[in-house]
Amino acid sequence: MGKWTQKVEELVHHGRIKVPYTWSVGEVASRFFIELRDHKKIFGTRCPACKKVIVPARKLCGQCFRQIDDWVEVGDQGTVQTLTIVRYPSDAQPLKPPFGYGIIKLDGADTAMTHLLLGSDPATWRVGMRARAVFKEKREGNILDIAYFQPIPP
Amino acid sequence: MERIAIVGVGQTKYERMKRGDSFADMVFEATSKALEDARMTIKEIDNVVTVSNDFWDGRTISSMAVMDACGAYEKNVSTVEGDGTFGTLYGMMRILSGSFGTTLVVAHSKGSESVSSLITNGMFDPIYQRALGLDAITSSALQARRYMHKYGITEEQCAKVSVKNHGNAKNNPYAQLAINISAKDVMASRMLSDPIKLFDASPISDGSCAIILASEDRSKKIAQKPVWIKGVGHCAEAYFLGDRDLAECPSLEAAAKKAYGMAGICNPLKEIDVAEIYDAFSYMELLWSEGLGFCGKGEGGKLIDSRKTQMKGELPINPSGGVLSAHAVLVAGLARVAECVLQLRGDAGARQVEGAKTAVAHGINGPCGQSHCVIVLGK
Repeated sequence: MGKWTQKVEELVHHGRIKVPYTWSVGEVASRFFIELRDHKKIFGTRCPACKKVIVPARKLCGQCFRQIDDWVEVGDQGTVQTLTIVRYPSDAQPLKPPFGYGIIKLDGADTAMTHLLLGSDPATWRVGMRARAVFKEKREGNILDIAYFQPIPP
Repeated sequence: MERIAIVGVGQTKYERMKRGDSFADMVFEATSKALEDARMTIKEIDNVVTVSNDFWDGRTISSMAVMDACGAYEKNVSTVEGDGTFGTLYGMMRILSGSFGTTLVVAHSKGSESVSSLITNGMFDPIYQRALGLDAITSSALQARRYMHKYGITEEQCAKVSVKNHGNAKNNPYAQLAINISAKDVMASRMLSDPIKLFDASPISDGSCAIILASEDRSKKIAQKPVWIKGVGHCAEAYFLGDRDLAECPSLEAAAKKAYGMAGICNPLKEIDVAEIYDAFSYMELLWSEGLGFCGKGEGGKLIDSRKTQMKGELPINPSGGVLSAHAVLVAGLARVAECVLQLRGDAGARQVEGAKTAVAHGINGPCGQSHCVIVLGK
């Protein structure tokens, strides 16, 4: 080990891995996204054992390890349980900072949904505030059919 | 349980842009150092567990690329794609199975060779979450805010963790960020994703760590003094962030309960002499301290205020500087184990906690500490 770089020029190779995928969405998430796309409705599924409404819809309740078949529409508004305002850019992000992420418990749901926060002054955002889903005009059947959740002034 | 010993440890220095070393160079260095520390030859290693992640390495079956470097020719090799504490657990299980007398566990990772936010975005499922662009920092920021809101933990209390650990790092020759900073400096550092600021976050690091495990029988033939695994616990919880209350860590509580039960520990704060825990962000040291039972729920802030976790305190946490001072992903948990071994042998140099007899090493996997591994070590 040591300072070989003083004697030998240090080389680096540049690369990029770019692989297209086609991820199967499955029956449950397909139904969830079709409701978003076609009706602007958000659905959860209710566990037959613990009765919790899990959002976004899931095929099974991890806690009870039970399959779920009971679909429940939940509200397009909810309470923000936690939030952050993002200040650095990343190619993974769908929006330019500053924007927010929130974990939002929608009305009628027992679990919360992680999504983007936008559409009002971040300085006014607080844990416990209400937020409403803003749907995209042109929807394609994916999670970004909800463009973001917009905080509602108290 | 049959007793399992750790008989050798080796680490590279953790650095950003360790350009002089390839993955295999780092693994060779850590493995060679662990063998030298144990005073063993590669022939005495019965099997190898490598710890690596294909996304970080940018190649599939990333473990196979380092077979030469960890001396694995004609040996049984298996891999953990997760934190190094889980590699330790697996290495131990392979000895307990009766098939092997010794296991080399070696982890490597280079955060600097790719783009961290793109790699950590890949831990989220591509159906419901990935398109949102979440990564390790933004998801942890959601956890930090939830934890601070629920229990009234302040940003200043989190900053104190950063000050303590970066200061401790000055005593650790392997650490990357050994710096004198004040809580004011942390508070004034660039906001990444509130409440997480630059100095609340661990750095991007490259490095490797190796440990050698042995059965009690085999340890008698090894010159290095053994450190014993007294207890192990591991547990996971829900994957989706919104399914959890991020201010709580029930999987850590369960893992700690199991590990402490095996080790006969009833009062962790009193009975544990030193802890190395996975503080990828400053708030994590406080939250994980609660899960590890060092204080009550919501009392992580009071714990750092009490100065009990400082070097001279009742339970020094992260004398090495912790993950905040060097965060080679996956390697970091194994480094926690290696640091505890050095402490218990009295070989920790300037970062030595005097008279340490019982240590706890802790690692995490998954977003916001979805799973935890707790290892109690003793003389």
